[in-house]
Amino acid sequence: MELINIFIQSAFIENMALAFFLGMCSFLAVSKKVETAVGLGAAVVFVLGITTPLNNLIYENLLREGGLSWLLGAEKAVEINLEFLTVIAFIATIAATVQIVEMAIDKFSPALYGALGVFLPLIAVNCAILGGSLFMVQREYDVAESTVYGLGAGFGFMLAIVALAAIREKMKYSNVPASLRGLGITFITTGLMAMGFIIFGGIKL
Amino acid sequence: MNNENKDVLLAPIHLKNPITLYVLGICSALAVTSKLEPAFVMSGALTFVLVSSNFIISLLRNKIPGSIRVITQLTIIASLVIVTDQILKAYLFDVSKQLSVFVGLIVTNCIVMGRAEAFAMGNPPVKSALDGLGNSIGYAAILIIVAFFRELLGSGKLMDVQVLGDWYQPNGLMVMSPGAFFLIGLIIWAQRSFSQELNENE
Repeated sequence: MELINIFIQSAFIENMALAFFLGMCSFLAVSKKVETAVGLGAAVVFVLGITTPLNNLIYENLLREGGLSWLLGAEKAVEINLEFLTVIAFIATIAATVQIVEMAIDKFSPALYGALGVFLPLIAVNCAILGGSLFMVQREYDVAESTVYGLGAGFGFMLAIVALAAIREKMKYSNVPASLRGLGITFITTGLMAMGFIIFGGIKL
Repeated sequence: MNNENKDVLLAPIHLKNPITLYVLGICSALAVTSKLEPAFVMSGALTFVLVSSNFIISLLRNKIPGSIRVITQLTIIASLVIVTDQILKAYLFDVSKQLSVFVGLIVTNCIVMGRAEAFAMGNPPVKSALDGLGNSIGYAAILIIVAFFRELLGSGKLMDVQVLGDWYQPNGLMVMSPGAFFLIGLIIWAQRSFSQELNENE
């Protein structure tokens, strides 16, 4: 039950893109067509679902104060606190995971590679991925919770980007003031979508 | 200062603004602007990281192998961000709590990566540092404008001091996320109406 709650919360109430503004760069740049938006969304779900629990393990067992107790024994480990390395460890994990996932998909499933391939390198520097890991630390999730959180946050991002792409496709036919065209109107549309998502606030299972 | 350097420094403020024209660094621009104070601190943090990362990456530009340049750049940037984060935690703990994960997220701030890739990899150190400074100012300008209106309209305060009287009914929408999106949309509209050549034809 707790896990379902985390999923709902991360996907709708605390939507990565619309409530925390994470992954905005690719959110705005890759939302011109529904097809590419689905590709990027799927890649984000995939990578968030892998890297969040992985970073959780790294944080809990290596970086956290006393986290090394499995290696050094509880007494010695208490003195070691590597938390200042969090950011650099996370980003290295993410960049490496993305690289490995890319190679694995290329080898085992060329069809999936065709769909996700171009988006994977983009994702290494997508703030939503690093943000997912940093929020996971801040909220003290365990491995199971962080897996669900990663998948939920990714799903929420996918939902938002596909919806925005669908709106932008239709917007081609409307007469937007010249200076507002492109980026300007996209921001205002996103704002309206964010307002819509506020409705989900307070839902608890 | 010659004309070329002046252009490198000043163009990103209006005509080549990283946020409103290149859609870089939007995440933090929206997230830390519900009040003025964190916006100032964030601008300062980004200026430090961007100027030093551009300078360092430019110094190393002939030594970084092409195939692993992204991860090299990320490592340099991440180290600078860690330094910034530790300094903020030590001297400005309250603000650093407010900024929460967003200082760490400077690592993936597209402005830093973007300028490293687009400018610092192909230009000498001092010029790259100037480019970093120019882009930081462009970023800071948008951040401060957005934060000014969000704090003023959202809570009737500026820098936590009440400026609008009791008659003002705070507009809660401005403090929440949609307000940020609308404001940036409107700023882009204003900027492009002022300089028509920036319009997009979609």
